[in-house]
Amino acid sequence: MASAVRLAAPAATDQEPGPSPRTSRSIPAWVWALPPVAVLALVFLYPLALVVQESLAPGAYADVFASASFRDALVTTVWLAVASTAGCLVLGFALALVIAFVPFPGGKAVAKFIDVFLSFPSFLITLALLFLYGTVGMANGVWTDVTGDATGPFQFLTTPWGVLLAEITYFTPFVMRPLLAAFSQLETAQLEVASSLGARPLRIIRQVILPEALPALAAGGSLVLVMCLNEFGIVLFTGAKGVTTLPMLVYSKAILESDYAAACVVAVVNVALSVGLYVLYRGVSRRAGA
Amino acid sequence: MNSGIRFDGVSVAYGGTTVLDGLDLTVEPGEVMALLGPSGSGKTTALRAVAGFVRPASGRVFIGGQDVTALPPYRRGIGMVVQQYALFPHLRVDANVAFGLKARKAPKAEIPARVAEALEMTGMAAYARRYPRELSGGQQQRVAIARALAIRPRVLLLDEPLSALDAQLRSGMLAELARLHRELPDVSILYVTHDQVEALTLADRIAVMDKARLQDCGTPQDLYRRPRTEFTASFVGNANLLPVTVGADGVAFAGAELKVPTDGVAAGASATLCVRPHLVGLGEGPNALRGRITEVQWRGSTHRLYVEVGGHRVKADVRELRETPALGTEVTLHFAPEDAVLLGAGVADG
Repeated sequence: MASAVRLAAPAATDQEPGPSPRTSRSIPAWVWALPPVAVLALVFLYPLALVVQESLAPGAYADVFASASFRDALVTTVWLAVASTAGCLVLGFALALVIAFVPFPGGKAVAKFIDVFLSFPSFLITLALLFLYGTVGMANGVWTDVTGDATGPFQFLTTPWGVLLAEITYFTPFVMRPLLAAFSQLETAQLEVASSLGARPLRIIRQVILPEALPALAAGGSLVLVMCLNEFGIVLFTGAKGVTTLPMLVYSKAILESDYAAACVVAVVNVALSVGLYVLYRGVSRRAGA
Repeated sequence: MNSGIRFDGVSVAYGGTTVLDGLDLTVEPGEVMALLGPSGSGKTTALRAVAGFVRPASGRVFIGGQDVTALPPYRRGIGMVVQQYALFPHLRVDANVAFGLKARKAPKAEIPARVAEALEMTGMAAYARRYPRELSGGQQQRVAIARALAIRPRVLLLDEPLSALDAQLRSGMLAELARLHRELPDVSILYVTHDQVEALTLADRIAVMDKARLQDCGTPQDLYRRPRTEFTASFVGNANLLPVTVGADGVAFAGAELKVPTDGVAAGASATLCVRPHLVGLGEGPNALRGRITEVQWRGSTHRLYVEVGGHRVKADVRELRETPALGTEVTLHFAPEDAVLLGAGVADG
């Protein structure tokens, strides 16, 4: 901020260096930091502080940690987030490889669509999956039309696997975007020389492309992991009754049971989990040179 | 080792544009063949066809007598060095050099010795544990050469390998490449360059390319002293190309009668006379041409004079002059009859 104040003077006068304008000299640099800090405090830090304060109600943590529903939600949240991230990394890496290195008509359009996809709301993808694989979706409709059965075989959407599928579908582009950027920096000559040296495509992927893509994979994977931990819309829209994640538990405690203290405890745990993973990501990415 | 490369009517097209047109060329086992030409002449495409990175629209490519046209790059047994080095940045120098050996599943016990041998050959043994980013451009190129040689390739493809180096390093690396080839006499080398000095210095033969076609092919001395086409004469050595009319025992140019060998070209025919600038002298002598100086360039040990003779520009490289002549000065140039070559077709202005 201080440098911004100093830089402002020459731009305004476009003259040789000289005394700074009176306003820049008289207002300390930290004053410029006040408005954004105030806004941040008002809209984010204060509510967060209230949540933490509410969670500190006597016995709230003990009660929540002792409840089976919390432990189940924690396990479900973590395994869904980890599995979704793993799925996104594998699928995203494979798709990004094809888009970046296998020339096909419309490849550039597909790469651009990835950017558009990132702006879609998560419930839209879940809605699309409901139309396809829902109890009365297209796949089951075709099945019942063809076989005459009363119900179709696709009943997984309201299970954890349905949530997993929806999260992988929705979050994979978040891994692809940094990967495509990383692949665009990779010298084609490296791949060609590797091939001329006798390396087959799988070895080139494993030993030339993958090491170069690791920082991008780490960045995309961490982002997806944090987003999956906090995902609410997808779980809600699939209507998976047996799937309760931490954000869903916050919702049910606060809205359905009006147990604000418990809701705040779960929320604090959720935030701590996210921040912890973010710190871990920063550490890993610094080591990877990302 | 069964080496040698043969292009048999190889054509390559991208989206309807022909970038290599019916190339017929043979690189003998152990020979260094330079593909010389300007940008877009098709020389790199020819190299990529040998490497397997482009599929010919027609024609066949042979390596060591084997038709490799349909083989993927990893089964062709080639070593390749490119302009931008293309070292693997996450691998140390020794791992870069070992890459090809591991890919070809060389016996594990052999790999360290062969890596050491390749690094020794290129003078990089002391840098084995460094990463590419810790090396200079010249050192990186040496590692790239070591990596290509470690697999003991049948043919070595060099695609503008010295272009990214500064002039002094380039000169040193050129000598290194010549030495390497003396140490590996069985390896055929296809050397793509747009730099005639590199081609003339290193190649046993030079294939001159332009507009997707092979224009000329011969030893460096042949191409330089007896070019067969105007393009070769111009691209290799930047010769004077003078439009002349063939007479009974010489040619007529800008009103002057010049005594040069006509090699049986019929009297009265239009032709092009090729004279190298460094073979044109300043002052009176045989085949005198009179004109005015239009430009003077000092090049250290020489001066290049541009002299307008009868509406045509003639270049002369003369030993450094003590006093630079003024523009517009009338001068006389000359050249020996045996230093001129009569080209049959076309008329071009030098």
